[in-house]
Amino acid sequence: MDEVKVLQVKQSVFAANDRQADQLRAQLKKKGIFLLNLMSSPGSGKTTTLKRTIEMLGGEFRIGVMEADIDSDVDARAIAVTGAKAIQLHTGGMCHLDAEMTRQGLEGLDADDVELAILENVGNLVCPAEFDTGAVKNAMILSVPEGHDKPLKYPLMFSVCDVVLVNKMDVMPYFDFDFDQCRAYVQMRNPNAVVIPICARTGEGMGPWIEWLRSQILAWRADDFATEKVEV
Amino acid sequence: MHELGIVFHIIRSVEEVGRANQVRHIRAVALELGEVSGVVEEYLQDCWKWAAARSAMLDGAQLKVRTIPARTVCEACGEVYPTVQYGRQCPACKSEQTHLVQGNEMMIQEIEVDPESEAVPAADE
Ligand SMILES: Nc1nc2c(ncn2[C@@H]2O[C@H](COP(=O)(O)OP(=O)(O)OP(=O)(O)O)[C@@H](O)[C@H]2O)c(=O)[nH]1
Ligand SMILES: [Mg+2]
Ligand SMILES: [Zn+2]
Ligand SMILES: [Zn+2]
Repeated sequence: MDEVKVLQVKQSVFAANDRQADQLRAQLKKKGIFLLNLMSSPGSGKTTTLKRTIEMLGGEFRIGVMEADIDSDVDARAIAVTGAKAIQLHTGGMCHLDAEMTRQGLEGLDADDVELAILENVGNLVCPAEFDTGAVKNAMILSVPEGHDKPLKYPLMFSVCDVVLVNKMDVMPYFDFDFDQCRAYVQMRNPNAVVIPICARTGEGMGPWIEWLRSQILAWRADDFATEKVEV
Repeated sequence: MHELGIVFHIIRSVEEVGRANQVRHIRAVALELGEVSGVVEEYLQDCWKWAAARSAMLDGAQLKVRTIPARTVCEACGEVYPTVQYGRQCPACKSEQTHLVQGNEMMIQEIEVDPESEAVPAADE
């Protein structure tokens, strides 16, 4: 008779992606590519911050940028102006990038000679936090007009971030944004997150962020050499 | 759209399990969905129909969703209460030192295989 066979799976929807992300991280480590995943709401200043960051690093690392945009290539073109390699990832209306899309993006970037790869994730504070992209570090931007209570409303996003950039500090006088309160909320969700105020428009306050990024890349490389030595 | 992304991940995982078990066609997938997982079942079902139809292994397969009610426990007094109704604050003692014990899951539980589709050599993808 028509006996149905049942296969037990008992696997989180995210499990397969988590596995792929770990594989990607291991491959990146071998190739010496530091991948940074940059997340935020739409318009909080990801592209502007990236342009400044590339300028301020001034050729210290070979940089490649992947821009996730639903349709346009506006951001990829803005980045290309800085001289960094930039490609557009077509997300096909998807609200986040996952490890597989990131892997394909790195392929498209022809990333083997890239030392710092940056992924500008889809503008959204929910799903990008749920899907590990395989990045070494996660950064997010919260801009002043969005309000200081966002860490309470989107706890998962803040809990997966290694660094939170509070952008558009120049418009502070026009909003009731409380920076200290914001930092306290972030630390409630994630005691290890570093919170840095910046103004990507003018470049003010970007120094500590560049320092943070540089030290993360160097620490990750040093760690790499340490593991190599152990293996020898 | 959020639900479409979730559906692609379910399909990818299920196809992986299917291939590993030499399954040709799946007739249903059982999913546990937490009440506060952020996924709307109705949208999930729409996305599922659209996306499953594009997979040889899952064409026409049913997505059976079981909803897991959200429950929060109060660290101060031990009360366990329905999250959707009371949120973060304990209705018994008003403490906000609370955490979710269940309700954010998205678990693929099991797969129902079409009987006549078993024992087919893999790699006819
Ligand atoms: N006042 C002020 N405006 C800024 C600052 N940084 C970015 N902006 C402006 O904010 C708008 C959005 O900036 P983008 O860098 O395009 O933001 P984004 O996050 O890349 O946007 P999407 O890719 O569309 O999600 C632009 O008009 C920027 O000029 C800042 O520090 N201060
Ligand atoms: Mg942008
Ligand atoms: Zn989403
Ligand atoms: Zn209580």
